[in-house]
Amino acid sequence: MNYHWNWGVFLARTPSGESTYLGWLLQGLWWTVALSLAAWALALLLGTIFGVLRTVPGRWLPGLGAAYVELFRNVPLLVQLFSWYFVMPELLPRAWGDAIKQLDPMLQQFLAAWLCLGTFTAARVAEQVRAGIGSLPRGQRAAGLALGLTLPQTYRHVLLPMSFRIIVPPLTSEFLNVFKNSAVASTIGLIELSRQSQQLVDYTAQPYEAFIAVTLLYLLVNVVVMGGMRWVESRSRVPGFIGSK
Amino acid sequence: MIRFRDVSKWYGSFQVLDACNLEVNKGEVVVVCGPSGSGKSTLIKCANGLEPFQKGELTVDGISVGARGTNLPKLRARVGMVFQHFELFPHMSIRDNLALAQVKVLGRGRDEAVAKGLKLLDRVGLAAQAGKFPGQLSGGQQQRVAIARALAMDPICMLFDEPTSALDPEMINEVLEVMVELAREGMTMMCVTHEMGFAQKVAHRVVFMDQGRIVEDAPKAEFFGTPRSERAQLFLSKILHHV
Ligand SMILES: Nc1ncnc2c1ncn2[C@@H]1O[C@H](COP(=O)(O)OP(=O)(O)OP(=O)(O)O)[C@@H](O)[C@H]1O
Ligand SMILES: [Mg+2]
Repeated sequence: MNYHWNWGVFLARTPSGESTYLGWLLQGLWWTVALSLAAWALALLLGTIFGVLRTVPGRWLPGLGAAYVELFRNVPLLVQLFSWYFVMPELLPRAWGDAIKQLDPMLQQFLAAWLCLGTFTAARVAEQVRAGIGSLPRGQRAAGLALGLTLPQTYRHVLLPMSFRIIVPPLTSEFLNVFKNSAVASTIGLIELSRQSQQLVDYTAQPYEAFIAVTLLYLLVNVVVMGGMRWVESRSRVPGFIGSK
Repeated sequence: MIRFRDVSKWYGSFQVLDACNLEVNKGEVVVVCGPSGSGKSTLIKCANGLEPFQKGELTVDGISVGARGTNLPKLRARVGMVFQHFELFPHMSIRDNLALAQVKVLGRGRDEAVAKGLKLLDRVGLAAQAGKFPGQLSGGQQQRVAIARALAMDPICMLFDEPTSALDPEMINEVLEVMVELAREGMTMMCVTHEMGFAQKVAHRVVFMDQGRIVEDAPKAEFFGTPRSERAQLFLSKILHHV
Protein backbone atom coordinates (compact mmCIF):
# COMPACT_ATOMS: atom_id res chain seq x y z
CA MET A 1 0.00 0.00 0.00
CA ASN A 2 1.44 3.37 -0.77
CA TYR A 3 -0.49 5.62 1.45
CA HIS A 4 1.54 8.58 2.56
CA TRP A 5 1.06 9.04 6.25
CA ASN A 6 1.30 12.66 7.19
CA TRP A 7 0.42 13.46 10.78
CA GLY A 8 1.73 16.93 10.26
CA VAL A 9 -1.42 17.68 8.28
CA PHE A 10 -3.21 18.75 11.42
CA LEU A 11 -0.89 21.68 11.90
CA ALA A 12 -1.13 22.79 8.29
CA ARG A 13 -3.10 25.94 7.53
CA THR A 14 -6.54 25.59 6.02
CA PRO A 15 -7.11 27.20 2.60
CA SER A 16 -8.74 30.26 4.13
CA GLY A 17 -5.67 30.48 6.33
CA GLU A 18 -7.31 31.61 9.53
CA SER A 19 -7.01 28.23 11.24
CA THR A 20 -5.22 24.89 11.18
CA TYR A 21 -6.94 21.63 10.32
CA LEU A 22 -6.64 20.68 13.98
CA GLY A 23 -8.48 23.92 14.69
CA TRP A 24 -11.29 22.71 12.45
CA LEU A 25 -11.55 19.46 14.33
CA LEU A 26 -11.57 21.20 17.69
CA GLN A 27 -14.24 23.57 16.45
CA GLY A 28 -16.26 20.54 15.41
CA LEU A 29 -15.69 18.98 18.80
CA TRP A 30 -16.88 22.17 20.45
CA TRP A 31 -20.15 22.16 18.51
CA THR A 32 -20.67 18.47 19.11
CA VAL A 33 -20.19 18.87 22.83
CA ALA A 34 -22.30 22.03 23.05
CA LEU A 35 -25.10 20.46 21.03
CA SER A 36 -25.04 17.21 22.96
CA LEU A 37 -24.99 18.79 26.40
CA ALA A 38 -27.79 21.18 25.53
CA ALA A 39 -29.83 18.35 24.00
CA TRP A 40 -29.19 16.17 27.04
CA ALA A 41 -30.43 18.87 29.38
CA LEU A 42 -33.61 19.22 27.32
CA ALA A 43 -33.99 15.43 27.18
CA LEU A 44 -33.70 15.07 30.95
CA LEU A 45 -36.27 17.77 31.52
CA LEU A 46 -38.84 16.56 28.97
CA GLY A 47 -38.07 12.91 29.60
CA THR A 48 -38.72 13.31 33.31
CA ILE A 49 -41.99 15.12 32.68
CA PHE A 50 -43.34 12.61 30.17
CA GLY A 51 -41.97 9.62 32.08
CA VAL A 52 -43.73 10.83 35.21
CA LEU A 53 -46.94 11.44 33.26
CA ARG A 54 -46.97 7.80 32.23
CA THR A 55 -47.08 6.76 35.88
CA VAL A 56 -49.68 9.12 37.34
CA PRO A 57 -53.22 7.91 38.05
CA GLY A 58 -55.94 8.48 35.51
CA ARG A 59 -56.16 7.98 31.76
CA TRP A 60 -55.42 11.23 30.00
CA LEU A 61 -52.02 12.11 31.36
CA PRO A 62 -50.54 8.61 30.97
CA GLY A 63 -51.99 8.57 27.46
CA LEU A 64 -50.31 11.86 26.69
CA GLY A 65 -46.99 10.49 27.93
CA ALA A 66 -47.39 7.35 25.85
CA ALA A 67 -48.28 9.34 22.74
CA TYR A 68 -45.16 11.45 23.12
CA VAL A 69 -42.93 8.44 23.44
CA GLU A 70 -44.48 6.62 20.48
CA LEU A 71 -44.27 9.67 18.25
CA PHE A 72 -40.66 10.55 18.94
CA ARG A 73 -39.37 7.01 19.15
CA ASN A 74 -40.91 5.70 15.97
CA VAL A 75 -40.18 8.47 13.48
CA PRO A 76 -36.63 8.16 12.06
CA LEU A 77 -34.25 10.67 13.56
CA LEU A 78 -33.30 12.12 10.19
CA VAL A 79 -36.95 12.78 9.32
CA GLN A 80 -37.38 14.49 12.67
CA LEU A 81 -34.34 16.65 12.03
CA PHE A 82 -35.57 17.75 8.61
CA SER A 83 -38.97 18.47 10.13
CA TRP A 84 -37.47 20.71 12.77
CA TYR A 85 -35.18 22.42 10.29
CA PHE A 86 -37.33 22.85 7.20
CA VAL A 87 -40.93 22.42 8.33
CA MET A 88 -41.14 23.86 11.84
CA PRO A 89 -40.38 27.51 10.85
CA GLU A 90 -43.21 27.28 8.29
CA LEU A 91 -45.71 25.99 10.83
CA LEU A 92 -45.01 28.66 13.41
CA PRO A 93 -46.84 31.98 13.35
CA ARG A 94 -45.45 34.06 10.49
CA ALA A 95 -43.52 36.48 12.66
CA TRP A 96 -41.78 33.70 14.57
CA GLY A 97 -40.89 31.78 11.45
CA ASP A 98 -39.41 34.89 9.90
CA ALA A 99 -37.48 35.65 13.04
CA ILE A 100 -35.95 32.18 12.93
CA LYS A 101 -35.06 32.51 9.26
CA GLN A 102 -33.23 35.74 9.99
CA LEU A 103 -31.02 34.11 12.56
CA ASP A 104 -27.42 33.34 11.78
CA PRO A 105 -27.53 30.08 9.72
CA MET A 106 -25.29 28.40 12.26
CA LEU A 107 -27.79 29.25 14.98
CA GLN A 108 -30.71 27.99 12.90
CA GLN A 109 -28.92 24.69 12.41
CA PHE A 110 -28.06 24.48 16.08
CA LEU A 111 -31.60 25.27 17.16
CA ALA A 112 -33.14 22.62 14.92
CA ALA A 113 -30.56 20.01 15.91
CA TRP A 114 -30.98 20.85 19.59
CA LEU A 115 -34.77 20.49 19.53
CA CYS A 116 -34.50 17.36 17.43
CA LEU A 117 -31.96 15.55 19.58
CA GLY A 118 -33.50 16.81 22.81
CA THR A 119 -37.05 15.72 22.04
CA PHE A 120 -35.93 12.43 20.48
CA THR A 121 -33.75 11.52 23.44
CA ALA A 122 -36.46 12.67 25.83
CA ALA A 123 -38.69 9.85 24.57
CA ARG A 124 -36.00 7.36 25.48
CA VAL A 125 -35.34 9.02 28.84
CA ALA A 126 -39.09 8.97 29.53
CA GLU A 127 -39.10 5.21 29.08
CA GLN A 128 -36.26 4.85 31.56
CA VAL A 129 -37.90 7.16 34.08
CA ARG A 130 -41.13 5.22 33.80
CA ALA A 131 -39.30 1.93 34.28
CA GLY A 132 -37.43 3.36 37.26
CA ILE A 133 -40.60 4.52 38.96
CA GLY A 134 -42.28 1.23 38.11
CA SER A 135 -39.47 -0.71 39.76
CA LEU A 136 -40.06 0.93 43.14
CA PRO A 137 -42.28 -0.91 45.61
CA ARG A 138 -45.86 0.28 45.16
CA GLY A 139 -46.05 1.17 48.82
CA GLN A 140 -43.56 4.02 48.39
CA ARG A 141 -46.10 6.23 46.70
CA ALA A 142 -48.72 5.30 49.31
CA ALA A 143 -46.25 6.06 52.10
CA GLY A 144 -45.52 9.52 50.72
CA LEU A 145 -49.18 10.31 50.28
CA ALA A 146 -50.09 8.87 53.69
CA LEU A 147 -47.73 11.37 55.31
CA GLY A 148 -49.71 14.18 53.75
CA LEU A 149 -47.35 14.93 50.88
CA THR A 150 -49.16 15.93 47.70
CA LEU A 151 -48.67 13.78 44.62
CA PRO A 152 -46.13 16.21 43.10
CA GLN A 153 -44.27 16.33 46.42
CA THR A 154 -44.29 12.55 46.56
CA TYR A 155 -42.70 12.42 43.12
CA ARG A 156 -40.23 15.15 43.92
CA HIS A 157 -39.02 13.85 47.28
CA VAL A 158 -39.78 10.12 47.29
CA LEU A 159 -40.22 8.51 43.88
CA LEU A 160 -37.90 10.43 41.56
CA PRO A 161 -34.78 10.57 43.73
CA MET A 162 -34.83 6.80 44.05
CA SER A 163 -35.83 6.16 40.43
CA PHE A 164 -32.99 8.27 39.09
CA ARG A 165 -30.49 6.40 41.21
CA ILE A 166 -31.75 3.14 39.79
CA ILE A 167 -31.60 4.28 36.17
CA VAL A 168 -28.15 5.88 36.13
CA PRO A 169 -26.65 2.99 34.08
CA PRO A 170 -29.24 3.08 31.25
CA LEU A 171 -29.15 6.88 31.31
CA THR A 172 -25.40 6.71 30.79
CA SER A 173 -25.86 4.85 27.54
CA GLU A 174 -28.57 7.29 26.44
CA PHE A 175 -26.18 10.14 27.19
CA LEU A 176 -23.51 8.49 25.04
CA ASN A 177 -26.10 8.00 22.28
CA VAL A 178 -26.73 11.73 22.21
CA PHE A 179 -23.12 12.31 21.21
CA LYS A 180 -23.30 9.66 18.52
CA ASN A 181 -26.66 10.88 17.24
CA SER A 182 -25.43 14.46 17.15
CA ALA A 183 -23.64 13.51 13.94
CA VAL A 184 -26.98 13.78 12.10
CA ALA A 185 -26.68 17.53 12.52
CA SER A 186 -24.04 17.43 9.80
CA THR A 187 -26.82 16.70 7.30
CA ILE A 188 -28.24 20.16 7.76
CA GLY A 189 -24.80 21.69 7.69
CA LEU A 190 -23.87 22.16 11.33
CA ILE A 191 -20.09 22.01 11.48
CA GLU A 192 -19.94 19.45 14.25
CA LEU A 193 -17.19 16.90 14.66
CA SER A 194 -18.16 14.33 12.04
CA ARG A 195 -18.71 17.00 9.41
CA GLN A 196 -15.36 18.60 10.13
CA SER A 197 -13.59 15.27 9.75
CA GLN A 198 -15.32 14.81 6.41
CA GLN A 199 -14.17 18.27 5.37
CA LEU A 200 -10.68 17.37 6.44
CA VAL A 201 -10.73 14.37 4.14
CA ASP A 202 -12.01 16.46 1.26
CA TYR A 203 -9.40 19.14 1.68
CA THR A 204 -6.31 17.16 2.61
CA ALA A 205 -6.83 13.72 1.07
CA GLN A 206 -5.51 12.23 4.30
CA PRO A 207 -8.56 10.14 5.30
CA TYR A 208 -6.78 7.81 7.70
CA GLU A 209 -5.36 10.56 9.83
CA ALA A 210 -8.67 12.38 9.84
CA PHE A 211 -10.73 9.36 10.80
CA ILE A 212 -8.29 8.17 13.42
CA ALA A 213 -8.24 11.62 14.97
CA VAL A 214 -12.00 11.92 14.97
CA THR A 215 -12.40 8.43 16.41
CA LEU A 216 -10.04 9.32 19.21
CA LEU A 217 -11.98 12.49 19.93
CA TYR A 218 -15.31 10.61 20.12
CA LEU A 219 -13.59 8.05 22.32
CA LEU A 220 -12.33 10.79 24.57
CA VAL A 221 -15.86 12.14 24.90
CA ASN A 222 -17.08 8.65 25.82
CA VAL A 223 -14.46 8.22 28.48
CA VAL A 224 -15.26 11.59 30.00
CA VAL A 225 -19.02 10.92 29.99
CA MET A 226 -18.64 7.48 31.49
CA GLY A 227 -16.28 8.81 34.14
CA GLY A 228 -18.73 11.59 34.93
CA MET A 229 -21.68 9.26 35.20
CA ARG A 230 -19.72 6.84 37.33
CA TRP A 231 -18.95 9.73 39.63
CA VAL A 232 -22.65 10.59 39.77
CA GLU A 233 -23.44 6.97 40.51
CA SER A 234 -21.00 6.72 43.36
CA ARG A 235 -22.03 10.07 44.77
CA SER A 236 -25.66 9.04 44.85
CA ARG A 237 -25.15 5.52 46.16
CA VAL A 238 -27.59 4.69 48.92
CA PRO A 239 -26.01 3.02 51.95
CA GLY A 240 -27.44 -0.44 52.60
CA PHE A 241 -29.59 -0.43 49.47
CA ILE A 242 -29.47 -3.58 47.39
CA GLY A 243 -31.29 -3.99 44.09
CA SER A 244 -34.40 -2.12 43.19
CA LYS A 245 -37.15 -4.13 44.87
CA MET B 1 -63.13 9.39 65.09
CA ILE B 2 -63.26 7.05 62.06
CA ARG B 3 -66.71 6.10 60.83
CA PHE B 4 -67.52 3.82 57.90
CA ARG B 5 -71.18 3.90 56.82
CA ASP B 6 -72.17 1.30 54.25
CA VAL B 7 -68.88 1.70 52.42
CA SER B 8 -68.70 -0.35 49.23
CA LYS B 9 -65.92 -0.60 46.72
CA TRP B 10 -65.49 -2.40 43.44
CA TYR B 11 -62.47 -3.22 41.33
CA GLY B 12 -64.22 -3.39 37.99
CA SER B 13 -67.02 -5.82 38.58
CA PHE B 14 -65.36 -7.42 41.59
CA GLN B 15 -66.74 -6.15 44.86
CA VAL B 16 -63.95 -5.79 47.43
CA LEU B 17 -65.93 -4.05 50.14
CA ASP B 18 -69.58 -4.78 50.71
CA ALA B 19 -71.47 -2.19 52.75
CA CYS B 20 -68.95 -2.00 55.56
CA ASN B 21 -70.00 -0.33 58.78
CA LEU B 22 -67.40 0.37 61.38
CA GLU B 23 -66.72 2.95 64.00
CA VAL B 24 -63.47 3.64 65.77
CA ASN B 25 -64.03 6.03 68.63
CA LYS B 26 -61.50 8.37 70.13
CA GLY B 27 -59.01 6.47 72.25
CA GLU B 28 -60.23 3.14 70.98
CA VAL B 29 -58.09 0.32 69.60
CA VAL B 30 -59.88 -1.74 66.97
CA VAL B 31 -58.23 -4.83 65.56
CA VAL B 32 -59.31 -6.00 62.12
CA CYS B 33 -58.67 -9.60 61.14
CA GLY B 34 -59.84 -12.01 58.49
CA PRO B 35 -58.58 -14.35 55.82
CA SER B 36 -56.27 -13.24 53.05
CA GLY B 37 -58.06 -11.31 50.32
CA SER B 38 -61.01 -10.45 52.53
CA GLY B 39 -60.46 -6.71 51.98
CA LYS B 40 -58.71 -5.65 55.18
CA SER B 41 -56.00 -3.64 53.47
CA THR B 42 -58.53 -2.08 51.15
CA LEU B 43 -60.72 -1.09 54.08
CA ILE B 44 -57.92 0.55 56.00
CA LYS B 45 -56.61 2.34 52.90
CA CYS B 46 -60.03 3.83 52.35
CA ALA B 47 -59.80 5.42 55.77
CA ASN B 48 -57.17 7.94 54.62
CA GLY B 49 -58.27 8.12 51.02
CA LEU B 50 -55.44 6.06 49.58
CA GLU B 51 -58.12 3.92 47.94
CA PRO B 52 -61.25 5.56 46.59
CA PHE B 53 -64.60 3.88 47.23
CA GLN B 54 -67.78 4.11 45.22
CA LYS B 55 -70.59 3.95 47.74
CA GLY B 56 -71.25 4.90 51.31
CA GLU B 57 -69.88 7.48 53.63
CA LEU B 58 -66.61 7.63 55.47
CA THR B 59 -65.60 10.35 57.87
CA VAL B 60 -62.46 10.93 59.87
CA ASP B 61 -62.77 13.41 62.69
CA GLY B 62 -65.98 14.59 61.08
CA ILE B 63 -64.38 15.21 57.69
CA SER B 64 -65.77 13.28 54.75
CA VAL B 65 -63.00 11.30 53.06
CA GLY B 66 -64.92 10.63 49.88
CA ALA B 67 -66.27 14.13 49.29
CA ARG B 68 -64.90 15.95 46.28
CA GLY B 69 -63.86 19.09 48.06
CA THR B 70 -61.90 17.37 50.83
CA ASN B 71 -58.26 18.32 51.04
CA LEU B 72 -56.89 14.79 51.24
CA PRO B 73 -53.23 15.66 51.85
CA LYS B 74 -54.28 17.79 54.78
CA LEU B 75 -56.44 15.01 56.18
CA ARG B 76 -53.75 12.38 55.67
CA ALA B 77 -51.22 14.52 57.48
CA ARG B 78 -53.33 14.01 60.59
CA VAL B 79 -53.77 10.27 60.15
CA GLY B 80 -50.69 8.15 60.73
CA MET B 81 -50.23 5.03 58.66
CA VAL B 82 -47.86 2.09 59.08
CA PHE B 83 -47.40 -0.40 56.26
CA GLN B 84 -46.61 -4.07 56.10
CA HIS B 85 -43.34 -3.40 54.28
CA PHE B 86 -42.33 -0.35 56.33
CA GLU B 87 -41.92 1.87 53.26
CA LEU B 88 -39.18 4.03 54.65
CA PHE B 89 -37.59 6.16 51.96
CA PRO B 90 -34.36 4.29 51.17
CA HIS B 91 -32.37 7.26 49.87
CA MET B 92 -32.79 9.30 53.04
CA SER B 93 -31.19 8.91 56.41
CA ILE B 94 -33.46 7.91 59.26
CA ARG B 95 -33.29 11.50 60.47
CA ASP B 96 -34.50 12.80 57.10
CA ASN B 97 -37.20 10.15 56.85
CA LEU B 98 -38.59 11.53 60.08
CA ALA B 99 -38.18 15.18 59.15
CA LEU B 100 -39.39 15.23 55.52
CA ALA B 101 -43.15 15.47 55.95
CA GLN B 102 -42.87 17.61 59.08
CA VAL B 103 -41.04 20.19 57.00
CA LYS B 104 -42.85 19.83 53.67
CA VAL B 105 -46.36 19.28 54.98
CA LEU B 106 -46.56 20.91 58.39
CA GLY B 107 -44.11 23.67 57.57
CA ARG B 108 -41.99 23.08 60.64
CA GLY B 109 -38.45 24.40 60.62
CA ARG B 110 -35.81 21.83 59.85
CA ASP B 111 -34.18 21.99 63.28
CA GLU B 112 -37.49 21.63 65.02
CA ALA B 113 -38.44 18.71 62.79
CA VAL B 114 -35.14 16.94 63.38
CA ALA B 115 -35.39 17.46 67.12
CA LYS B 116 -38.91 16.10 67.17
CA GLY B 117 -37.80 13.13 65.08
CA LEU B 118 -34.95 12.36 67.44
CA LYS B 119 -37.28 12.47 70.40
CA LEU B 120 -39.57 9.93 68.79
CA LEU B 121 -36.65 7.78 67.69
CA ASP B 122 -35.57 7.71 71.28
CA ARG B 123 -39.03 6.66 72.26
CA VAL B 124 -38.92 3.62 69.98
CA GLY B 125 -35.42 2.85 71.23
CA LEU B 126 -33.49 3.84 68.12
CA ALA B 127 -31.90 7.17 68.98
CA ALA B 128 -28.49 5.83 68.02
CA GLN B 129 -29.58 5.03 64.46
CA ALA B 130 -30.52 8.54 63.33
CA GLY B 131 -27.64 8.87 60.89
CA LYS B 132 -28.11 5.48 59.27
CA PHE B 133 -30.09 4.61 56.17
CA PRO B 134 -33.13 2.29 56.12
CA GLY B 135 -31.21 -0.42 54.29
CA GLN B 136 -28.80 -0.61 57.20
CA LEU B 137 -31.47 -1.46 59.76
CA SER B 138 -33.23 -4.73 60.54
CA GLY B 139 -36.89 -5.14 59.64
CA GLY B 140 -38.01 -4.64 63.20
CA GLN B 141 -35.95 -1.48 63.50
CA GLN B 142 -37.30 -0.16 60.21
CA GLN B 143 -40.86 -0.73 61.33
CA ARG B 144 -40.22 1.08 64.59
CA VAL B 145 -38.78 3.99 62.60
CA ALA B 146 -41.90 3.92 60.42
CA ILE B 147 -44.06 4.22 63.51
CA ALA B 148 -41.95 7.09 64.78
CA ARG B 149 -42.21 8.76 61.37
CA ALA B 150 -45.99 8.62 61.54
CA LEU B 151 -46.02 9.87 65.14
CA ALA B 152 -43.85 12.83 64.23
CA MET B 153 -46.86 14.32 62.47
CA ASP B 154 -48.82 14.38 65.76
CA PRO B 155 -51.58 12.24 64.29
CA ILE B 156 -55.08 12.13 65.74
CA CYS B 157 -55.26 8.41 64.97
CA MET B 158 -53.09 5.65 63.58
CA LEU B 159 -53.75 3.03 60.92
CA PHE B 160 -51.69 -0.17 60.86
CA ASP B 161 -51.81 -2.64 57.98
CA GLU B 162 -50.25 -5.90 59.13
CA PRO B 163 -47.27 -4.15 60.66
CA THR B 164 -45.58 -7.34 61.81
CA SER B 165 -46.39 -9.84 59.10
CA ALA B 166 -43.27 -9.12 57.05
CA LEU B 167 -41.00 -9.51 60.06
CA ASP B 168 -38.89 -12.41 61.23
CA PRO B 169 -40.50 -13.90 64.34
CA GLU B 170 -37.81 -12.64 66.68
CA MET B 171 -38.52 -9.04 65.66
CA ILE B 172 -42.27 -9.09 66.03
CA ASN B 173 -42.27 -8.34 69.71
CA GLU B 174 -40.14 -5.22 69.55
CA VAL B 175 -42.72 -3.71 67.20
CA LEU B 176 -45.72 -4.95 69.15
CA GLU B 177 -44.26 -3.48 72.32
CA VAL B 178 -44.17 -0.06 70.73
CA MET B 179 -47.76 -0.48 69.57
CA VAL B 180 -48.94 -1.67 72.97
CA GLU B 181 -47.35 1.32 74.61
CA LEU B 182 -49.00 3.61 72.10
CA ALA B 183 -52.38 2.01 72.77
CA ARG B 184 -51.93 2.38 76.51
CA GLU B 185 -51.26 6.08 76.05
CA GLY B 186 -54.70 6.39 74.54
CA MET B 187 -53.90 6.61 70.83
CA THR B 188 -56.85 5.88 68.58
CA MET B 189 -55.79 2.89 66.51
CA MET B 190 -57.17 0.77 63.71
CA CYS B 191 -54.95 -2.27 63.27
CA VAL B 192 -55.13 -4.96 60.67
CA THR B 193 -53.24 -7.76 62.34
CA HIS B 194 -53.38 -11.43 63.13
CA GLU B 195 -51.41 -10.98 66.33
CA MET B 196 -54.16 -12.10 68.64
CA GLY B 197 -51.88 -11.66 71.62
CA PHE B 198 -51.79 -7.97 70.80
CA ALA B 199 -55.57 -7.93 70.41
CA GLN B 200 -56.03 -9.66 73.76
CA LYS B 201 -53.76 -7.15 75.43
CA VAL B 202 -54.99 -3.80 74.16
CA ALA B 203 -57.87 -4.07 71.71
CA HIS B 204 -61.23 -2.71 72.69
CA ARG B 205 -62.98 -4.33 69.77
CA VAL B 206 -62.17 -6.96 67.24
CA VAL B 207 -63.60 -6.90 63.75
CA PHE B 208 -63.67 -9.96 61.55
CA MET B 209 -63.90 -9.55 57.78
CA ASP B 210 -64.70 -12.10 55.14
CA GLN B 211 -65.21 -11.59 51.42
CA GLY B 212 -65.46 -7.83 51.72
CA ARG B 213 -67.98 -7.91 54.52
CA ILE B 214 -67.62 -7.12 58.15
CA VAL B 215 -69.15 -10.26 59.61
CA GLU B 216 -68.25 -9.70 63.22
CA ASP B 217 -67.66 -6.57 65.25
CA ALA B 218 -67.56 -7.29 68.95
CA PRO B 219 -65.89 -6.20 72.16
CA LYS B 220 -62.70 -8.14 72.67
CA ALA B 221 -63.94 -10.38 75.47
CA GLU B 222 -67.03 -11.31 73.54
CA PHE B 223 -65.13 -11.95 70.34
CA PHE B 224 -62.65 -14.31 71.91
CA GLY B 225 -65.29 -15.84 74.16
CA THR B 226 -68.04 -16.61 71.74
CA PRO B 227 -67.57 -15.43 68.19
CA ARG B 228 -70.96 -15.71 66.60
CA SER B 229 -70.13 -16.49 63.02
CA GLU B 230 -68.90 -19.87 61.97
CA ARG B 231 -66.33 -18.33 59.67
CA ALA B 232 -64.85 -16.34 62.51
CA GLN B 233 -64.71 -19.40 64.72
CA LEU B 234 -62.98 -21.40 62.03
CA PHE B 235 -60.56 -18.59 61.34
CA LEU B 236 -59.80 -18.08 65.00
CA SER B 237 -59.18 -21.74 65.65
CA LYS B 238 -56.78 -21.76 62.72
CA ILE B 239 -54.68 -18.80 63.71
CA LEU B 240 -54.77 -19.47 67.42
CA HIS B 241 -53.48 -22.98 66.86
CA HIS B 242 -51.00 -21.67 64.42
CA VAL B 243 -49.41 -19.17 66.76
N1 LIG C 1 -55.69 -2.97 42.51
C1 LIG C 1 -56.51 -4.04 42.57
N2 LIG C 1 -57.18 -4.43 41.46
C2 LIG C 1 -58.01 -5.50 41.51
N3 LIG C 1 -58.22 -6.25 42.59
C3 LIG C 1 -57.58 -5.93 43.71
C4 LIG C 1 -56.68 -4.81 43.77
N4 LIG C 1 -56.18 -4.72 45.02
C5 LIG C 1 -56.73 -5.73 45.71
N5 LIG C 1 -57.57 -6.46 44.94
C6 LIG C 1 -58.37 -7.61 45.36
O1 LIG C 1 -59.20 -7.21 46.41
C7 LIG C 1 -59.33 -8.21 47.39
C8 LIG C 1 -59.01 -7.64 48.74
O2 LIG C 1 -57.66 -7.27 48.79
P1 LIG C 1 -56.97 -6.77 50.12
O3 LIG C 1 -55.55 -6.48 49.82
O4 LIG C 1 -57.78 -5.69 50.71
O5 LIG C 1 -57.09 -8.06 51.04
P2 LIG C 1 -56.46 -8.31 52.48
O6 LIG C 1 -57.58 -8.74 53.34
O7 LIG C 1 -55.65 -7.16 52.91
O8 LIG C 1 -55.56 -9.57 52.20
P3 LIG C 1 -54.12 -9.92 52.82
O9 LIG C 1 -54.37 -10.57 54.13
O10 LIG C 1 -53.58 -10.87 51.80
O11 LIG C 1 -53.33 -8.66 52.91
C9 LIG C 1 -58.41 -9.34 46.97
O12 LIG C 1 -59.19 -10.35 46.39
C10 LIG C 1 -57.52 -8.71 45.95
O13 LIG C 1 -57.17 -9.66 44.97
MG1 LIG D 1 -53.56 -6.82 53.21
